[in-house]
Amino acid sequence: MPKKKVVLNFPPHLIDQPIISHLIRDHGLEVNILKARITPNEWGRMVVELRGNGGNLEDGLNHLAQTGVVVEPLAREIRWLEERCVQCTACTAPCPTHALGVERSDMTITFDRELCIACELCLNACPYGAIEMSFD
Amino acid sequence: MAKTIQEINEKIRQGKAVVCTAEEIIGVVKEKGLKQAAAQVDVVTTGTFGPMCSSGAYFNMGHSKPRIKMGGGRVTLNDIPAYAGFAAVDLFIGATAIAEDDPRNKVFPGKFIYGGGHVIEDLVAGKDVRLTANAYGTDCYPRRALDTWIRLTDINEAVLFNMRNAYQNYNVAVNRGDRVIYTYMGVLQPRMRNANYCTAGQFSPLLNDPLYRTVGVGTRIFLGGGVGFVVSQGTQHNPGVRRTERGVPKVPAGTLSLTGDLKQMSPRWLRGASFTGYGVTLTVGVGLPIPILDEEILHFASVSDDDLVAPVVDYSEAYPNCQPEILAEVTVAQLRSGEITVDGKKVITAGHSSYARAREIALTLKQWIEAGTFLLTDPVAYLPAPESGYAFKPLKERPWEPPQEISDN
Repeated sequence: MPKKKVVLNFPPHLIDQPIISHLIRDHGLEVNILKARITPNEWGRMVVELRGNGGNLEDGLNHLAQTGVVVEPLAREIRWLEERCVQCTACTAPCPTHALGVERSDMTITFDRELCIACELCLNACPYGAIEMSFD
Repeated sequence: MAKTIQEINEKIRQGKAVVCTAEEIIGVVKEKGLKQAAAQVDVVTTGTFGPMCSSGAYFNMGHSKPRIKMGGGRVTLNDIPAYAGFAAVDLFIGATAIAEDDPRNKVFPGKFIYGGGHVIEDLVAGKDVRLTANAYGTDCYPRRALDTWIRLTDINEAVLFNMRNAYQNYNVAVNRGDRVIYTYMGVLQPRMRNANYCTAGQFSPLLNDPLYRTVGVGTRIFLGGGVGFVVSQGTQHNPGVRRTERGVPKVPAGTLSLTGDLKQMSPRWLRGASFTGYGVTLTVGVGLPIPILDEEILHFASVSDDDLVAPVVDYSEAYPNCQPEILAEVTVAQLRSGEITVDGKKVITAGHSSYARAREIALTLKQWIEAGTFLLTDPVAYLPAPESGYAFKPLKERPWEPPQEISDN
């Protein structure tokens, strides 16, 4: 099933609309909410991974655009700089998806980019500048 | 069968010494038994690579023309203040020093991007570092200001001098409060969502010589990628704490003061570190060789992560208020597994001392000894032992009061 990670920006007037429900019900999409910040009277921001069959993914994204949601590709990406890393493992504790993990046999860091949701919690945990946020 | 350092050194010179890392020796002792292993193995190498705040370096910068008296003046290295209360061009920079205009924790939590530890790393990496000095000027040292690039190869002495390194055992930090806290043990999530530890466990230098039977003043060691020496016990040395049956402290205990020529060292083993919301420090690589003089010393050096325990301490309440409460005792093996149990709750663990790098140090030191380039030393004096009465005291505060005014009447 095709999938896509996107950032959804909700204008304040759409905050009270059940937009994600429509995506699921009307377009048959699987929605995995990775990060969300919705506050009354402000722009909301949600990072989601969408999965859907055939043209459903495109249809769903078009529907979002028509309702006024600004859809952006997930342009930010966490980069693990192995040459700066000292393998202390401090970054692994806050990682909610286990994208950063420990190979227990030799206590070295593993980084699975596919699992990373760019939540940035690891940035504060690394004392060595070995984790960077990059923008496309 | 007892051996002497001289006998072991003779074997090292002949390329015949048998050396094991503190990890390898565990299996050797299990397989061959203590007696046979003690007869065969000459040296056990240890290692640790973790943040060690009481580290620093001193330098002699050489004299400028005309001369400047930095002593008593103000000096910075890459904007980081250095201590200049010595003769004209001798300086000391500490690992945790930060620039006067660093935002610190004004916007909490502060980032502490650059500090004394990073200056030391940059110098060791061969980078240019900016030296500024402001002085008051004297007849013999007339110059008042200096602003120049320097690099490690151009200055005279450059010496790493650490007043406390290689803590024998360390706390496991948790946060029982209800907000995130930013500590020298890293970011601690509220309601004990994570536990951060800082020990090299079975590789740790002083956990392998728990009663300081071989280490002492003058012991030659691996320090920062070069060769260094033990100066003495480090600050806060506290040998008289509770110990396991094997003599291993259950809480932080002994420490080492270390020194070595910075010009031999490498940025792989001296790294500036930035702790969000806390400050900067230097992560130091230390490796101590343990001569296997007798079976008892080997017994101590074959300790494994299953035998080592560390205290779990709440850094939201007990630590900042200097309260002695320990929430649990956990083994290093449990800490390394990624999860411990505290008060019936499963808590994920993460480290601040690099196990992988500790192993690399122990292996490097082993290679140096096998190559015959690194000889062992008899200590000039031993460190204060557990029963010595030497202890680490809290500060006794006697608040200052303004002097009473003397009345005219």
